[in-house]
Amino acid sequence: MNIALKRHQGHQGLSDRTLAWLFVAPTILLLLAFNIFPLLWTIYLSFTNYRANRPNADVLMVGIDNYRRVLNDEAIWENMRATAHFLGWSITLQLLLGFGLALLLNRKFLTHSFWSTAILLPMMLAPAVVGTFWKYFFEPQYGIFNYIVNFFGGPGTFTMLGDTGLSPWAIILVDTWMWTPYVMLLLLAGLRSIPPYLYEAAEIDRASTWTTFWRVTLPMVMPFIILALLFRTIENFKMFDLVDQLTNGGPGSVTELASIKLKREAFEKWRTGYSSALAIILFVSIYGLSLVTVRFLDRVKQR
Amino acid sequence: MNTIVTSATSPEIDMPAPASKPHVVIEVAVPAPASKASKATARPQAGPLEPSVRSKWFAGIVVIGYTIISLIPLVWIVMTSLRTPQDSIAYPPKVIAESSLIGYVNLFTTRSRVGADELAALPPAKTWYEQLVREQQMILAGPSRFQDRYLNSLLIGFGSTLLSIVLGTFAAYAFSRFRVPGKDDWLFFILSTRMMPPIAVAIPIYLMFRNLGLNDTHVGLILLYTVVNLSLSVWLLKGFMDEIPREYEEAAMVDGYTRFQAFIKVVLPQAATGIATTAIFCLIFAWNEYAFALLLTSGTAQTAPPFIPTIIGEGGLDWPAMAAGTTLFLLPVLLFTIVLRKHLLRGITFGAIRK
Repeated sequence: MNIALKRHQGHQGLSDRTLAWLFVAPTILLLLAFNIFPLLWTIYLSFTNYRANRPNADVLMVGIDNYRRVLNDEAIWENMRATAHFLGWSITLQLLLGFGLALLLNRKFLTHSFWSTAILLPMMLAPAVVGTFWKYFFEPQYGIFNYIVNFFGGPGTFTMLGDTGLSPWAIILVDTWMWTPYVMLLLLAGLRSIPPYLYEAAEIDRASTWTTFWRVTLPMVMPFIILALLFRTIENFKMFDLVDQLTNGGPGSVTELASIKLKREAFEKWRTGYSSALAIILFVSIYGLSLVTVRFLDRVKQR
Repeated sequence: MNTIVTSATSPEIDMPAPASKPHVVIEVAVPAPASKASKATARPQAGPLEPSVRSKWFAGIVVIGYTIISLIPLVWIVMTSLRTPQDSIAYPPKVIAESSLIGYVNLFTTRSRVGADELAALPPAKTWYEQLVREQQMILAGPSRFQDRYLNSLLIGFGSTLLSIVLGTFAAYAFSRFRVPGKDDWLFFILSTRMMPPIAVAIPIYLMFRNLGLNDTHVGLILLYTVVNLSLSVWLLKGFMDEIPREYEEAAMVDGYTRFQAFIKVVLPQAATGIATTAIFCLIFAWNEYAFALLLTSGTAQTAPPFIPTIIGEGGLDWPAMAAGTTLFLLPVLLFTIVLRKHLLRGITFGAIRK
């Protein structure tokens, strides 16, 4: 470190070390109070039979009973299957559509910068409010979505949200509508990061368009694809607001994603201990999934 | 470290993180786009990279087509807000319909139905909206709760944004400039707080707030949103601060400023754009948040998102009023999106991608 600087700090003001702690402390303290403390509390609750609607009842330690019950619950596995179906399809569709749109937008046609902003609007909106409104579009009697489908030769009266076969696709459709722009934006940045000389080299080697795509474009964009995958997986695993408004888990429980199930157990049935165990299992799953993806990203980047 | 000559050019105060640390920071460098001048000179050659005219047309048509189709729902919401309740449930859906402000009037008022003779006996309506209400065989009963919910959204949104920006700026500066023990671990910890599903956190927060008397209070929600936004604000602001050369502060400190003064008077003005960008992202999050608001508020501190779906008219949901509420609720975010468009990518990836 610079001698002049050191002298100044000795004379006046606080030392960097003190300042660093003063600057970081409020943030860390708040996070400890509102994140770590609740997390620890959830862990504690998950070993008890506590019910939040009966605050005065005796709290018993029940060991790992809650975890055992969660993992042996057929319904939970049904929720997990619904979550996986939603995650798999929505993210696949978003990646394909988003990549396609990014490739096209990268051709820099006239007015492309205007459209590249307009296309982003859906992803900025409040998911809960969006969910409410899609309910209106999906109305079997007067919904615009049903009308358009029938206009192009649809099956007549059908209900996207009331049909056990269709409603999982309704949430995938709305999620894809909302988040495709997000993936597109990420992948567009990836495409623009490819140095032009790689394409020039491919041209000199007389590589076909397909070869160029597989050998240059795709490997170079891969870190961005994985990043998109990571962010979308975390977000959709946590998905609550959109689905809560759109289907509220129904009909029955076909669209009851993990978060919706958690809400029902914790805030409708008030099985606090049981839902705490479920919450911990979900958190560990997300955390593990992200760690694996981050490792994978590192490997891809090192290549 | 060398002391004399390199002092001005080696601003590293903290040591680079040891290589063995887990790779947490997923930074992907995006080279700066070519300057306008070089683009202009490159174009006439139309090298191998320049797409053909036909492929540009194709790309344009597909992208514009997709965008227009994907914006139909938004346009339809705005159109519905200007319909009468009868037209909003017509089949086939009316693209062109008589426009009416009844949705907005219903959104902001409560009304009660009266008999025809009672209505005829009333003095003439004083305002245009009172007239509109009377045309539906109803009289005004008072303002609705929408105003309160919207104000709550504003208050909680701006309050939590302010707090998370102030705290985040300090923390980001420390992480950017100082040697904080276990820095990478702290940063990853801060990021990982975002991975927790909100409902999972809501269980103990609900109990905690119940004990502290914070359930259904503005303070409670402001604190909660501040905490959720801290991860975003620290990560984004650290990125912006990293881009400010350390030489500025060091020059100021040689001139006799303390580190704190240098931070306030030199670094903060330099970081203004970054702070504004981060603030808008925090505001949008707090504005759009639904899960905590749904579970932790009911009467006094409820924000607009859990309220809008509950707007009920006579005989079911009042779609024009809901559409009016939605339009007024989405409008600020649409404007912000346009303001933010250059920084959007950075914000949505927590600063992992910088352009």
